[in-house]
Amino acid sequence: MSTAGAGHNYLEHGKGLMSWLTTLDHKRIGLMYGIFIAFFFLLGGIAALLIRLELFGVGEMFTGAEYNKLMTYHGAIMVFMVIVPGIPAILGNFFLPLHIGAKDVAFPRLNLLSWYVFMAGSIMAVCTLLLGGVDTGWTFYTPYSIGTSGGVVLMVLAVFILGMSSILTGLNFIATVHKLRAPGMTMNRIPLFVWSIYSTAILQVLATPVLGITVLLLAMEKVFGIGFFDPALGGDPILFQHFFWFYSHPAVYIMILPAMGIISELITTYSRKTIFGYTAIAYSSLAIAGVSFFVWGHHMFVSGQSAIAGILFSLITMLVGVPTAIKLFNWLFTMYKGSVQLQSPMLYAIGFMFLFTIGGVTGIMLAVIGLDVHFHDTYFVVAHFHYVMVGGTLMAIAGGMLHWWPKMFGKMFSEYWARISYLFIFIGFNVTFFPQFILGSMGMPRRYHTYLPEYESLNQISTVGSWLIGTGFLVLLGVFIHSLMYGKKASENPWHSKTLEWQTTSPPFHENFEETPVVTAGPYEYR
Amino acid sequence: MSTGKIIRKDGHYAHHFESAEQEYTSSKQGVWLFLSTEILMFGGLFVAFFIYKGMYPEIFHKGAESLSWVYGAINTAVLLTSSLTMALGIHYIQKGKNSAALTQLIITVLCGAIFMGIKYIEYSHKFHLGLYPGQMFSGETGGVENLPLYFSFYYMMTGLHGIHVLLGMGLITWVAIRTARGDFGPKYYTPVEGVGLFWHVVDLIWIYLFPLLYLVE
Ligand code: HEM
Ligand SMILES: [Cu+2]
Repeated sequence: MSTAGAGHNYLEHGKGLMSWLTTLDHKRIGLMYGIFIAFFFLLGGIAALLIRLELFGVGEMFTGAEYNKLMTYHGAIMVFMVIVPGIPAILGNFFLPLHIGAKDVAFPRLNLLSWYVFMAGSIMAVCTLLLGGVDTGWTFYTPYSIGTSGGVVLMVLAVFILGMSSILTGLNFIATVHKLRAPGMTMNRIPLFVWSIYSTAILQVLATPVLGITVLLLAMEKVFGIGFFDPALGGDPILFQHFFWFYSHPAVYIMILPAMGIISELITTYSRKTIFGYTAIAYSSLAIAGVSFFVWGHHMFVSGQSAIAGILFSLITMLVGVPTAIKLFNWLFTMYKGSVQLQSPMLYAIGFMFLFTIGGVTGIMLAVIGLDVHFHDTYFVVAHFHYVMVGGTLMAIAGGMLHWWPKMFGKMFSEYWARISYLFIFIGFNVTFFPQFILGSMGMPRRYHTYLPEYESLNQISTVGSWLIGTGFLVLLGVFIHSLMYGKKASENPWHSKTLEWQTTSPPFHENFEETPVVTAGPYEYR
Repeated sequence: MSTGKIIRKDGHYAHHFESAEQEYTSSKQGVWLFLSTEILMFGGLFVAFFIYKGMYPEIFHKGAESLSWVYGAINTAVLLTSSLTMALGIHYIQKGKNSAALTQLIITVLCGAIFMGIKYIEYSHKFHLGLYPGQMFSGETGGVENLPLYFSFYYMMTGLHGIHVLLGMGLITWVAIRTARGDFGPKYYTPVEGVGLFWHVVDLIWIYLFPLLYLVE
């Protein structure tokens, strides 16, 4: 398969630990992110299982204080160390240059640096455990976070550093897309995955600095008592919420846009049909990115912001539904009359479409002020964002990893067990989170370690569901490990996909392509 | 697309680029993107500044009285001069006059040092009067409630800016050393230009800080 003289594949290009720690190869850097993000996912997942265990019954397993910490670490790790970096850092790093026919990202050194910065931030975040832990929730709301002891300062500085890593990655990708496309690879021929990573990168660069200054101010508040957010000194705690959500709402699109990019690739490949509405899907990513800067107030309907602000934020939030629906309908039309193959990555893609739709529609419900006054800070919100973050982003990561696995490692995996993992995750997910919609509408508040007896049975169902999800991810891990050890050799293009990464060897050469490809057609010329 | 204008001394460019020109424009774009994040980060501080200025105009009025506009004005002049010398430095490198460029870069770093020296004088004067930020404030409020908040802004904004001045000085020293070593010339000067852009943005931020903090009426 690999022609003589074309050089090693990237896994064999250089041996030993040092060759990895000093690598400038975007593919290796992607894998290094992958290993650690998977590890942090395990940590966050264990915290999640413990949270659900506590909520299995009215009785106490953990004290309230312990529960608060579990919930904080679950949220902070999953958001800042798993879902935000996840797709761009792993799959984006690996496939963005391949997708546009480049040899690497624009700034390979910076790329490696951002991995080290990411690791530094993550280690700092975990070290807060030694300082007594953090119990503020992942949102660090003032004034509580000012008063509480423990590792808040170190934690927010960790978030600052993780943000820097995110910015550097985004900046690198923007320059790569602008400057390194192969001859003939016009912006209207880049795969939709690239469009989504590109839109995400814009958000990473433009939104993250605001998070940076916000957490920096919070750290200064705690160290020097500067008083910006402290009512005792004339400061305004609500300003913290504005600042925080000004980043964190765009951040939810940092989490979902790349997932949508993966889904576009999967749907068209496994429907064996040209994507329907390429332009609409591409530009709707930009539209979502743009609108996302003007909706942050929907997290603050009950914070006392003015009625006018509330109404405006409510309306603009609903607007987000439009580009989102555009994507969904285009995927559906792609499948329509396609030869849909229910390969495991496609199963994950279809699961994504179901769950993300539920998450999106409940988001619109939350955007209705009258409803949100009731739902705010209840399990309804928890269910909403898990439907989009787990049902959406994590399903897409799983599907994407399976889809690209043969390319990344040159090995096939067990399709049978991959489907089993899907069944566990999909069913388990619904068993876990659907009851939470009901609990939320019954009024069960979020972030407490116990609840009234009438909420018990639904909570028990939810906890059982969490075990199913856990099993599903373990099976998936087993699939990957088994493939690495015993997997059959993968051909160049096992799924008969049309995008560029499948036109080189599996795994790809160190420099990706034997010679720079010249592009003469769009990415999805199926039929 | 290659015009072959920008080439490193040794004629090389990184392996993943098709031409030195492509490498140059990519790097420049990267620098601009990075600078936009700096502006957005300071932007957050400026937004907070204006919100509180609307809420408590009196503390900004009273607070500004304790700053010496003379020091502020000198520092503004110093930084503007340094921007000029930085630009001259790049200009000379483009013309191949490396030793002239080196002089300009050194002057730029010295200007940065003068700026920081004056800041030091200003800070210690305020510490002496107990004009600390927020909670640590122990000076005279003159009956103006929440006055310490003004000093929180003063130290946050000038402090974050000061850190950037120090960073800039470090970066300029780095390119100055490389200039002396002969790494740059008319065909390759990307790092100098990038560092220069950073320095101009740091200046620019000061141009806004000066009137906002010192010249409030
Ligand atoms: C159609 C698009 C969406 C709409 C209209 C929407 C709307 C909302 C609204 C109104 C809230 C505030 C609820 C409250 O706190 O009372 C909310 C919370 C949240 N949403 Fe969404 N959302 C959408 C998509 C997403 C996506 C794609 C993600 C992430 C991938 C996401 C993640 C979150 C999170 C994490 C929270 C809760 C944050 C917290 O308080 O801890 N949402 N959403
Ligand atoms: Cu939001």
